[in-house]
Amino acid sequence: MPDFEDEEKWLAEGIAGIQQNAFYMHRALDSNNLREALKYSALMLSELRTSRLSPHKYYELYMRAFDELRKLEMFFKDESKHGCSVVDLYELVQHAGNILPRLYLLCTVGSVYIKSKEAPAKDVLKDLVEMCRGVQHPTRGLFLRSYLAQISRDKLPDIGSEYEGGEDTVMDAVEFVLQNFTEMNKLWVRIQQQGPVRDREKREKERKALRDLVGKNLHVLSQIEGVDLEMYKDTVLPRVLEQVVNCKDELAQYYLMDCIIQVFPDEYHLQTLEPLLAAFPQLQPTVDIKTVLSQLMDRLSNYAASSTDVFPEFLQVEAFAKLSGAIGKVIEAQVDMPIVGAITLYVSLLTFTLRVHPERLDYVDQVLGACVKKLSGKVKLEDSRATKQVVALLSAPLDKYKDAVTALTLSNYPRVMDHLDMETNIAMAMVIIQSILNNNTCISTADKVETLFELIKGLIKDLEGTSNDEIDEEDFKEEQNSVARLIHMLHNDDPEEMLKIINTVRMHILTGGPRRLPFTIPALVFSALKLVRQLQSQDGDVIGEEVPATPKKIFQLLNQTIEALSSVSSPELALRLYLQCAEAANDCDLEPVAYEFFTQAFILYEEEVSDSKAQFTAIHMIIGTLQRMNVFGVENRDTLTHKATGYSAKLLKKPDQCRAVYACSHLFWVDDQDGIKDGERVLLCLKRSLRIANAAQQMANATRGSSGPVTLFVEILNKYLYFFEKGNPQITTAAIQSLVELIKTEMQSDTTTLDPASDAFFTSTLRYIQFQKQKGGAIGEKYEPIKVMFTQKKQS
Amino acid sequence: IDFAKEGELEQKKMVLVLVLALGDLHIPHRVADLPPKFKSMLVPGKIQHIICTGNLCIKEVYDYLKSLCPDMHVTRGEYDEDPRYLETKTLTIDQFKLGVCHGHQVIPWGDLDSLAMLQKQLDVDILVTGHTHQFKAYKHEGGVVINPGSATGAYSSLTYEVNPSFVLMDIDGLRVVVYVYELIDGEVKVDKIDFKKIATTHSTH
Repeated sequence: MPDFEDEEKWLAEGIAGIQQNAFYMHRALDSNNLREALKYSALMLSELRTSRLSPHKYYELYMRAFDELRKLEMFFKDESKHGCSVVDLYELVQHAGNILPRLYLLCTVGSVYIKSKEAPAKDVLKDLVEMCRGVQHPTRGLFLRSYLAQISRDKLPDIGSEYEGGEDTVMDAVEFVLQNFTEMNKLWVRIQQQGPVRDREKREKERKALRDLVGKNLHVLSQIEGVDLEMYKDTVLPRVLEQVVNCKDELAQYYLMDCIIQVFPDEYHLQTLEPLLAAFPQLQPTVDIKTVLSQLMDRLSNYAASSTDVFPEFLQVEAFAKLSGAIGKVIEAQVDMPIVGAITLYVSLLTFTLRVHPERLDYVDQVLGACVKKLSGKVKLEDSRATKQVVALLSAPLDKYKDAVTALTLSNYPRVMDHLDMETNIAMAMVIIQSILNNNTCISTADKVETLFELIKGLIKDLEGTSNDEIDEEDFKEEQNSVARLIHMLHNDDPEEMLKIINTVRMHILTGGPRRLPFTIPALVFSALKLVRQLQSQDGDVIGEEVPATPKKIFQLLNQTIEALSSVSSPELALRLYLQCAEAANDCDLEPVAYEFFTQAFILYEEEVSDSKAQFTAIHMIIGTLQRMNVFGVENRDTLTHKATGYSAKLLKKPDQCRAVYACSHLFWVDDQDGIKDGERVLLCLKRSLRIANAAQQMANATRGSSGPVTLFVEILNKYLYFFEKGNPQITTAAIQSLVELIKTEMQSDTTTLDPASDAFFTSTLRYIQFQKQKGGAIGEKYEPIKVMFTQKKQS
Repeated sequence: IDFAKEGELEQKKMVLVLVLALGDLHIPHRVADLPPKFKSMLVPGKIQHIICTGNLCIKEVYDYLKSLCPDMHVTRGEYDEDPRYLETKTLTIDQFKLGVCHGHQVIPWGDLDSLAMLQKQLDVDILVTGHTHQFKAYKHEGGVVINPGSATGAYSSLTYEVNPSFVLMDIDGLRVVVYVYELIDGEVKVDKIDFKKIATTHSTH
């Protein structure tokens, strides 16, 4: 087995041989010695007779010879130098001993012959291409014919060239190139069969190195001016395809099909789709057809995008039908094609369809359908590359239409998604949601919402086969929050339709299980509350129609929905949502409904909210909401306020109790004209909170040795002032004054903790009183009796 | 003219202190996201401090705001996911003391007198508060109360017809200019209000 070093040595020898003979050849050229020139050029060319070099190395040798032959050609051209006519020269060189040098020389003379125009180009070319048959060794033959191709390139009898012949002139040119091509391909393929089987890889490598020699011919064909669509269709393509199919060689077929597609104009491909595509199923089963087909479709896509005039052509030749048919046939024929190959083909076809026929959703759906067919029979996709391709397939329509709604109308879309494994399914669902969010898409019918939620069901609920162990918390949160966001993109201005949407969403999210409900239910609740508000501003029922969406119905729905939350240990969230609904019911004048929501909130408070901090916030939410209620009759209101104040007084920490109780004072005073203004009960609350504050001070004193800061007292003082200003007759200046004195005393006391914050608070409260006094008028008068003196800070 | 003092004045002007105040986004409970027009306005590097009244509600929103400006102050809204946010916060920027509180703790909700009490209690010149989803900039004897509204225009039981809004405060020495940005019928409208503080007493007029 020849190794690298040996080859280097032989190459060096070959080059040396060429250089040496070239030297003598130059001398002969300088002295116009034709005979010597022929002798040494023949010797020089003999170096090319070697069998020992790999194609790369042979190429180096060949190039040296090529350069020298150019000088020889110049010599041949100048008859004055050697005195031999070109016709005679043509005959003379055929006396060279060995066939390879002979043919190189012949080609070289042939070039001169054609240039001289003493014979028609076509005749010389025909002769040369036939003569070259004499060399059947693959590498040597390929380079020889390549030489022929090179020197003939500018001498083809094309239309408009100086070598143009009679009426069949273009055909002659084409015929020549086709023949050379065919022979070169045969030689090229034969390399594969040379040598032992174990060297197969090496052979393939060598072949790859040589392939451009063969492909060049196609390029030349594409450059012939006279080859129009007609000739391409009738002659060029059929002959080339014939050779491609018949050679039955995987490497050649792949390379040449690719070449054809790259080299000839897209317009031609469009018009010859049928014969071109018909060749694919005839190729060897191991040929990577999908890549070539994808290339073709990509080129056609770009062609379509290049100008609008081109579109009708696509329709006229039924490009889509032909391409999709061809793909189907290929997939059918190549039974061993891995699934990723088939999907990739469909991805290319889909890309083509989206670019060329974007408005034809039926085409798009058809492609998806074909994919489903291919995927069916397999359980879930396991191959990650195939999965990636499926995701690409599904993402393409989303990207193109920027409107997930369009994707929803594709009946095969969900069927494709079903074949993805769990993880990918979820990832794809997220892609869909992101598309909707990013494009601000509004989904406006219950049907579409149904389709959408079916599509994203991997996010909505636990599908079979999921194990909870592998779920990443962060990812899960992100996913569920995305679903929540999505819910706000579902909207219709028509209340009936909107209610249908809400019901559809509800049905789906309730299957989500305890882990998902805290994320999804709030979004649904607020969506429903928005609808309630919309209905508020509209007029009453439409008679004669099906029972319309009413706030009452929606509240029933809400009640049941929030209930689901309470059973999954989110009592605080549920409590807040109940209160939201209570307020909304209040605004709709539905007293029993509002009362029911409050009841539910209180029950949750009683039974589920046990953390003291949570209780503090929760009771404030209840008080704050209740304070705003105007729909309750006296009885109901009394019951609820009684509960609220009761719970306020029962909070664990005394300061919390104090604050909650004085907050309750506002339950008895509402500032608008119809609002309750029960001065006595306000005062009762404030006094109660004062007692609690006192008790807190004493307790602190007893347990810690010093009582806490006076903050609570100052807060209560501020509340006194609040109601005083609102005109509560029960709040007297005397009461205020005594509270002021109380605070001053507390601040002076030994046992009170020094606290600059509460000092400042008290000071600014006093300053406020001063400010009001100085206002004059009614307010000034009101405040007049209150004496304020700014105290010295206690020295310790 | 004392050249030294003049130079000082110029230096002062160049230090830009922009405070973004916003809140009640309620993402994803009540809305999907901030309005695109707001998002394109809020770019990192332009703001020195962020004050957030609460109800973001999720960590993603927190991270997004933090990316606009690392000095962020958040208080707890009743729907916030993170239990660690404080009920109230105070901070000093230039000559101003600011206080932040979501506002659901102050009953009656939105009542300016009750908020004034909180302001006295926190001893701040500017109280930033939310919960009502309605923009307010109110000056009283004890200081200024600012409610930046809801940055996303989220549903509120207290306010109908909520327009998305946020506030930008330009604090310069004893002066603060409050810019309010409101999204009305798809267009961003800006309004501004000037407040000055008297250095001698601790009150803002």
